[in-house]
Amino acid sequence: MKKIEIIQNILEANETTASRNQQLLDKHKVFALNIMSAPGAGKTSLILQTMARLKSRLNIAVIEGDVASTVDAEKVQNEATAVVQINTRNMPESCSLMAAMIEQALKDLPLDDIDLLLIENVGNLICPSEFTLGEHKRVVISSLPEGDDKPTKYPLIFIDADAVIINKMDLLPHVDFDIANFRRSIQGLNPKAEVFELSCKTGEGIERWCSWILEQVETNATKQ
Amino acid sequence: MHEFGITENIINIALDKASEAQASKITQINLVIGELSGFVQDCIQFYFDSLSKDTIAQEAVLHFELVPAQLRCRNCSTIFHPQDALWSCPRCQGQSVEILKGRELYIESMEVE
Repeated sequence: MKKIEIIQNILEANETTASRNQQLLDKHKVFALNIMSAPGAGKTSLILQTMARLKSRLNIAVIEGDVASTVDAEKVQNEATAVVQINTRNMPESCSLMAAMIEQALKDLPLDDIDLLLIENVGNLICPSEFTLGEHKRVVISSLPEGDDKPTKYPLIFIDADAVIINKMDLLPHVDFDIANFRRSIQGLNPKAEVFELSCKTGEGIERWCSWILEQVETNATKQ
Repeated sequence: MHEFGITENIINIALDKASEAQASKITQINLVIGELSGFVQDCIQFYFDSLSKDTIAQEAVLHFELVPAQLRCRNCSTIFHPQDALWSCPRCQGQSVEILKGRELYIESMEVE
């Protein structure tokens, strides 16, 4: 019997692929956002609103991750420069996008013609927090009907977020969502996260969110 | 929920290292898993039993070392283990905390023949 020291991160394979993805994106000057939330929080709606505001200024591509169907890809295809749908149902894991899936999807995108890549992850607040994809920034959406306790229940995904969006602000009069409490939780877990209050339904707050994206795209472009 | 892929990675890493060491059998794999990492031991064991079949890792014992979560309060620097989902500091009740330990997920070592 012999003991071998290993000390190797089990997620290293994913992280290696993710950094390869980011190098490829950087080479083609594409800025990528990984958009995560529970099912129904408004990932697709946010993508649609973002494209409607920014498509005159940026060429935008979308990668849609879902367990099954092309419903979301069909919704965004009219506005986007290019769309790739990933169905995770037949993958070894269906609960989250992973870097290898993005690596494949990037082969189907005209990267030289794209400024902004919006990656819609599978609706889930647990698994996507473990897998980086090669994105430049991580975005988590919470919506008012979910309640203000989500950062407390699922801290990891919020701890790693660069931006946290509170969506469906138009429902505020109808639900018991304590915005101050939610913001306090985010401030506690992740003081660096930028917090946005908006409504994809009414368009309220979308302007500020889109300005943030433009700033990020610009900062990323000058970095290289 | 994603233990299948994790277990595949564990087996791939173990088989690579075993082949480098010219081992003919893997008898034990020592894993370190943080309390906050969200991976379920029983699930990893379940997938391991089926994925390791017909490899030199078949029947290897998986040994899990669990690392308890350790948080530090950003207000008063108290280091503590969270008692509930709220993650508040037991000394000053502050809710601004950073994670020191608990997100680990790695293979520490293994035993081979």
